[in-house]
Amino acid sequence: MAADHPHSQTTYDTHGDAHAAEHKHPTWKTYKWVALILFVVTVVEVWIYYIPSFVASRAFVPVLLVLSAAKFAIVVAFYMHLKYDAKLFRALFVFPLLIGVAVIVSLLFLFGQIAVRA
Amino acid sequence: MATTVAAPPRYAVPHTKYERGLWSWLATVDHKKIGQLYLYTAIAFFLIGGLEALIIREQLKGPNGQLVSAEMYNQLFTMHGTTMIFLVIMPMGAAFFNYLIPLQIGARDVAFPRLNAFSYWVFLLGALFMNAGWIVGAAPDGGWFAYAPLTTQQFSPGLNMDFWVIGLQILGLSSLAAGFNFITTIINLRAPGMHFMRMPIFTWMSFVTQFLLVLAFPIITVAVTFLMLDRFFGTNFYTITAGADPLLWQHLFWLFGHPEVYILILPAFGLVSEVLPVFSRKPLFGYPVMVYSGILIGFLGFGVWAHHMFAVGMGPIADSVFGVTTMLIAIPTGVKIFNWLATMHGGSLRFTTPMLFAIGLIALFTIGGISGIMHSSPPADLQQTDTYFIVAHFHYVLFGGSMMGIFAGTYFFYPKITGRLMDERLGKIHFWLTFVGMNLAFFPMHFAGLNGMPRRIYQYQANQGWDIENLVSTWGARILGVATLVFIWNFVKSRRSGAVAGRDPWGAATIEWTLPSPPPEYNYAVIPTITSRYPLWDAKSPELTADVPHTPEGEKRTDVSVGGKETHASFKGPSDTHMASEVAHPSAKELGIAMPTPTIKPLLASIGLTVMFLGLILKHSVNYQSLWLPVLLAGVAFFVVSLYAWLLSPLEPEHH
Amino acid sequence: MTAIPHEHGHAHHYTTTGLDHRKIAIWAFIGSECLFFGSLISTYLIYKGRSVVGPFPHEAWTNPSTGQTFPAILDIPVTSASTFVLLMSSLFMVLAHASVVRGDRKYSKIWLAATALAGATFLGFQAFEFTSFVHEGLTPRTNLFGSSFFILTGFHGAHVTAGVIWLITLLFIDFRRGLRPADAINVDLCALYWHFVDVVWIAIFTLIYLIQ
Repeated sequence: MAADHPHSQTTYDTHGDAHAAEHKHPTWKTYKWVALILFVVTVVEVWIYYIPSFVASRAFVPVLLVLSAAKFAIVVAFYMHLKYDAKLFRALFVFPLLIGVAVIVSLLFLFGQIAVRA
Repeated sequence: MATTVAAPPRYAVPHTKYERGLWSWLATVDHKKIGQLYLYTAIAFFLIGGLEALIIREQLKGPNGQLVSAEMYNQLFTMHGTTMIFLVIMPMGAAFFNYLIPLQIGARDVAFPRLNAFSYWVFLLGALFMNAGWIVGAAPDGGWFAYAPLTTQQFSPGLNMDFWVIGLQILGLSSLAAGFNFITTIINLRAPGMHFMRMPIFTWMSFVTQFLLVLAFPIITVAVTFLMLDRFFGTNFYTITAGADPLLWQHLFWLFGHPEVYILILPAFGLVSEVLPVFSRKPLFGYPVMVYSGILIGFLGFGVWAHHMFAVGMGPIADSVFGVTTMLIAIPTGVKIFNWLATMHGGSLRFTTPMLFAIGLIALFTIGGISGIMHSSPPADLQQTDTYFIVAHFHYVLFGGSMMGIFAGTYFFYPKITGRLMDERLGKIHFWLTFVGMNLAFFPMHFAGLNGMPRRIYQYQANQGWDIENLVSTWGARILGVATLVFIWNFVKSRRSGAVAGRDPWGAATIEWTLPSPPPEYNYAVIPTITSRYPLWDAKSPELTADVPHTPEGEKRTDVSVGGKETHASFKGPSDTHMASEVAHPSAKELGIAMPTPTIKPLLASIGLTVMFLGLILKHSVNYQSLWLPVLLAGVAFFVVSLYAWLLSPLEPEHH
Repeated sequence: MTAIPHEHGHAHHYTTTGLDHRKIAIWAFIGSECLFFGSLISTYLIYKGRSVVGPFPHEAWTNPSTGQTFPAILDIPVTSASTFVLLMSSLFMVLAHASVVRGDRKYSKIWLAATALAGATFLGFQAFEFTSFVHEGLTPRTNLFGSSFFILTGFHGAHVTAGVIWLITLLFIDFRRGLRPADAINVDLCALYWHFVDVVWIAIFTLIYLIQ
């Protein structure tokens, strides 16, 4: 929430700054590399799905979660150009995302598969 | 002190159909008109919801009441709660958001004026949809929380809960659209110089509220969609025999429901935070702390939901966690209470009607807050839950808190909206009747509840220790009924015969009071430059703001005592020049200000949306069942066509 | 729909941050959608493994009364292909935006069309998946898995559908009067929405399809 940083609007207060942010857009080359990384990570994800011993191991779920979180972050940072854009957008996205993730995790703790029962 | 001017502002005589008559309301995109529409609609529903409450109280005034049947009673308490929450307090908040936010931040309208009109029309149609159940004799009857699986087709056959499920879905869309609109407006339409820490506190609390709206409503949308699909298409989300968890609805509902509580109270907090400084002639005590505590309340509001569910047996860990977070959230709320008291401390108090209501909020909300802390402890809650103690608690919070704040705001801003003051004598009668009536109605419920009287019962037997309490409550409700009539009379009468207010009848500090009352359609002929948190006091009564940071000098002069300041900060607004006398105001066109074109398309789009949902409910009707899909598709088509027509037409008339 | 307005209104209006209203609004909208999909995903995960009857996502099931056997229902190869298509559509989308920023009329049309086509292909995969599930005996009414799976992926599909319609609208405008660099904001908004729908799928693919 932008509200967390009452003074932060000074960083994008003027037209000049906003335009400067526009100009720092990633290039063709970045886009291609990002696409390649996304492709490779997806291949790895599907590949490990077909290794029964790995699927049975404790590492399977954490590895998948980390890989998909990485893909998620890469798309958001580069394709949605959050890395280059005004900080305000970052706040508008990250704060709700954190609440959303917290909701999922706490619901799973409350009565999902990882429920804590005393 | 305040310059009261004898004549109301003069505007050009309306001549086009967009400027007068019914069409000017149907096609309006002016935030001030939309705000008034919200206000009038909410007052109408306040009367309906109040009538429902009176019938409930008449039924319960003595043992074995015979006024209504059990079925009717269920519909009454369900619709009383639903109406007061979704059709009164929320739209009252929306009325003030609409009317005040653009004025307070120095803007000419909201960021998306047509989306704003769309929000109102969707709200109105959703509200009518929710109440349409009365017409076919099947009003919703499953409580405002609509606990599934009790509200699934198996246990709630009939159209009753269909109206609730679909009505709430429609109302949610209205709130979401408005939320995005106001977030953008507040971030992006603040006048030059209005940093976040110079923003009027009402706008701040509204800002937090908008985030709660856009983050909480998606959750209820999902929960309600599940229920809708279960009821209409036979999915299994709440079918226990298929393995569904009876707690799913409760968790999703309260994940929304608790932030909703703050959606209801934060705008009222904002309103009294505007009122108290003005009538104490002191800046708000601890403005930054008020802002941060508002943000903290909003944030913690997402972490306390399961305290509504202690009785379901979540286990000691979950109970402890939610008990602790609930106690934590009392801290920022308590901070606000003390800051209001400190604002009044040592001030030159003027006990006008808005001030009385604001003080009323402090007193009554504190009682409700303390009973709230009582049931933050799970063992205590197990004794209190589902009794009248809870009913007492949330009426102190919602009536003693939200409604008192809304009344304070209504009396305070009525002159800005209409150009005339509400009658003070009637206002004070209204206040005292409300204050006495409210305490008579709700305080005895604490005792009835602790003596074991359960909620949502339509009859009770004599001599269980609740008879006197219920009788007193009913008398309190009757007094509240009279108080409301006094308010309505004052509201209607003052429109014509109230004293002309002038720009700044109260001696207030924020920039909306530099405008004529009512303001011209473009609000500010020249967008003002803001140099302080209290621009009007800097200009008119600089001694009041001498030790407040965020005034031009104040930032480096926090050590100066009140009255020790000589330099007058000047308010660089357009209105300074003709503050003293009201002149005829030029139209936006004459000033060359581009204002959005009035359009009926948002209304058409909202009709399409409602027809779509109407199609769905026909699926459960006896006579028109075969029509459901054609009607639904017609609604979708109409919605899409209106939406395209809207989005592809320019916001403002083409010029240059 | 005769006159399609040009980028209007905002250039000469003051904004506090210098940012476009619509871009702030769409980020707020995307933030809100996090909670929407968060609730849907929570429900799916909570109900995972709680269905009383099959078919199940990851293991075979034999109906005790009929003796009929249902294989594990999720088709990973097919879904991997559709995931790949959606990922590539995000690449096409950034290229479309970059073309509009450059003022390249030819490539803006090509990449917009490619994005829309990739989106439509993804929807085709989903339609194929849904119909084959129904043939194999899984509908939204069958069990908890069916309800939560169809509604979660169905809502995602509805978002993709809306995105395809948006893309086609932009393409239509591009053909009608050309998208200029000044229109880049319109494409940017669509692109943000589109990428968000893509990242939601990244989450769904891992949480629903791959994790057993």
